[in-house]
Amino acid sequence: MTRSRGLGLAYLSPYIIGLMVFTMVPFLASLWLSFTDYDLMSAPVWTGLDNYIELFTEDRTFRRSLWVTLVYVFVTVPLKLGFALFIAYILNYKLRFINLFRTAFYVPSILGGSIAIAVLWRYIFATEGLVNMFLAQFGVEPINWFGDPTNALFTITLLRCWQFGSAMVIFLAALQSIDKSLYEAAAIDGASKLHSFVFITIPLITPVIFFNLIMQMVQAFQEFNGPYIITQGGPLKSTYLLPLYIYDEAFRRFDMGYASAIAWVLFVIIMILTLVAFWSSKKWVFYAGDKRS
Amino acid sequence: MSQIDNIEDTFAVAAAARSDAEITRRRQRRAQAVSAAIRYAVLGAVGLVMLYPLIWLVGASFKTNGEIFANPGFLPKEPTLSGYVEGWQTSTPYTFGRFFWNSFLIILPKTIGTAISCTLVAYGFARFDFPFKKILFGSVIAILLLPNVVTRIPQYILFRDLGWLDSFLPLWVPSALAGDAFFVFMLVQFLRAIPTDMEEAARVDGANSWQTLLFIVVPMLAPALISVCLFQFMWTMNDFLGPLIYISSVDKYPVSLALKLSIDTTEAFEWNRILAMSVLTITPALVVFFMAQKYFIEGISAGGVKG
Repeated sequence: MTRSRGLGLAYLSPYIIGLMVFTMVPFLASLWLSFTDYDLMSAPVWTGLDNYIELFTEDRTFRRSLWVTLVYVFVTVPLKLGFALFIAYILNYKLRFINLFRTAFYVPSILGGSIAIAVLWRYIFATEGLVNMFLAQFGVEPINWFGDPTNALFTITLLRCWQFGSAMVIFLAALQSIDKSLYEAAAIDGASKLHSFVFITIPLITPVIFFNLIMQMVQAFQEFNGPYIITQGGPLKSTYLLPLYIYDEAFRRFDMGYASAIAWVLFVIIMILTLVAFWSSKKWVFYAGDKRS
Repeated sequence: MSQIDNIEDTFAVAAAARSDAEITRRRQRRAQAVSAAIRYAVLGAVGLVMLYPLIWLVGASFKTNGEIFANPGFLPKEPTLSGYVEGWQTSTPYTFGRFFWNSFLIILPKTIGTAISCTLVAYGFARFDFPFKKILFGSVIAILLLPNVVTRIPQYILFRDLGWLDSFLPLWVPSALAGDAFFVFMLVQFLRAIPTDMEEAARVDGANSWQTLLFIVVPMLAPALISVCLFQFMWTMNDFLGPLIYISSVDKYPVSLALKLSIDTTEAFEWNRILAMSVLTITPALVVFFMAQKYFIEGISAGGVKG
């Protein structure tokens, strides 16, 4: 392993070039751009904190968009992870057809990001769509899914929860690796199923909970396809998530400086939440032995 | 006689004990059966709710426009292929065949570039020591967590200055330079778990690192590489924002953009065309998934995946 130290770097060279050209430089450039006014035609003009001041004092669209984004993330991520864990827990049992179920539950994750599924969502949540036809069987009045601000955001939450498959597969792998004798010992000591779940299962899978939490959160903050196709940000900007706002500012109005400032606010929020998660993880994530994942 | 009584008692006690045990066992078995039944019921119900929208989609793509919003069932009352026939023609001068071809032209080089570059980089990380290794590997994790939204605008300006807008290059090149950190991470994890004896033996026999990589490591990496290619295929097929930003001429549209275009132009009335084309665009990903689901599931369990 000690021969030619240069050789390792040679193998890494594609990555290092890519890291510099497509990540590091753009990362710093976008910070710089966020302090400028730049419309792609004339050279960027340094405007100091103007973009940020406008964002936080005058821009009501931004405030609305930020709020909607936070609501979306804080509702969607826990719902999706809770559901994924619930199904994984049920699947983690000597059941026949377990692979069949696992496959079936994973299919939406394969397709969920596609435009076709976003299109499908528009159809099934239309006023005369599948969901309302189904609800009508139980005498429920047709719900105006896309006309009502709360409902509209919820359809996107449902779309992402529908894609719980990959989080579930990760949970399931973790559940299957738990030593069964722990549960037997607990049962002998008179622990109920619920007790076992809370005091054995949860602590042992905290590493994957942590992993899923971070990945899903970073992803949810960047949700674009759902609102872009399904609701176009409406009604009343109730699904106008920050990535949509950034896209509109950058690629429709070509206000690159302002869009970069919004992107940086979004980035800082994600970074703070990620750091909080990492910092707090020392208190609640339990790594068995030295199997630090 | 008393002895016999005793024996009888003993038997009776034993029998009673046995039947108690039997009852407990039966109870446990019944509890297990009930528990299993509940599990199956929940799984079945959830599975149906999960998959029915997709099943309905397939059925609805064969329905007439009038029936789509009137029939919640799967089977069309008057099956028609008009959605497929007319949808395929599109409202542009091109058929959907052209858009599938474009998607293919984006996916193939991108996937090959990803597989090659990520293998080289993962090999470098897993088998060599070099300066700044820790920092560089840290950067892989950082990219994994870095929201793309923050680098997108300068990347766009960069590609514009290079004259790459409205070409597939912005979609190919970052991946060909191991830009998808997730795959690098996954392959490094995989390589670390493989013992190095074979590689040592090859080196003793005089193979250089390049030959070792090509003839020893790559064959062992094959299952992980298949996962990488499948995920890249699927994600690229589904990718919408990349083409939306970089591709502007309709003749270069991949299927995701073409589908969006067909919503904009025909949605007001020709619903079955859109549903039919939706079915077609998800078919490749579904077929690949069912042919190779083992690699998908292993891939996620091994590295943890977004999605």
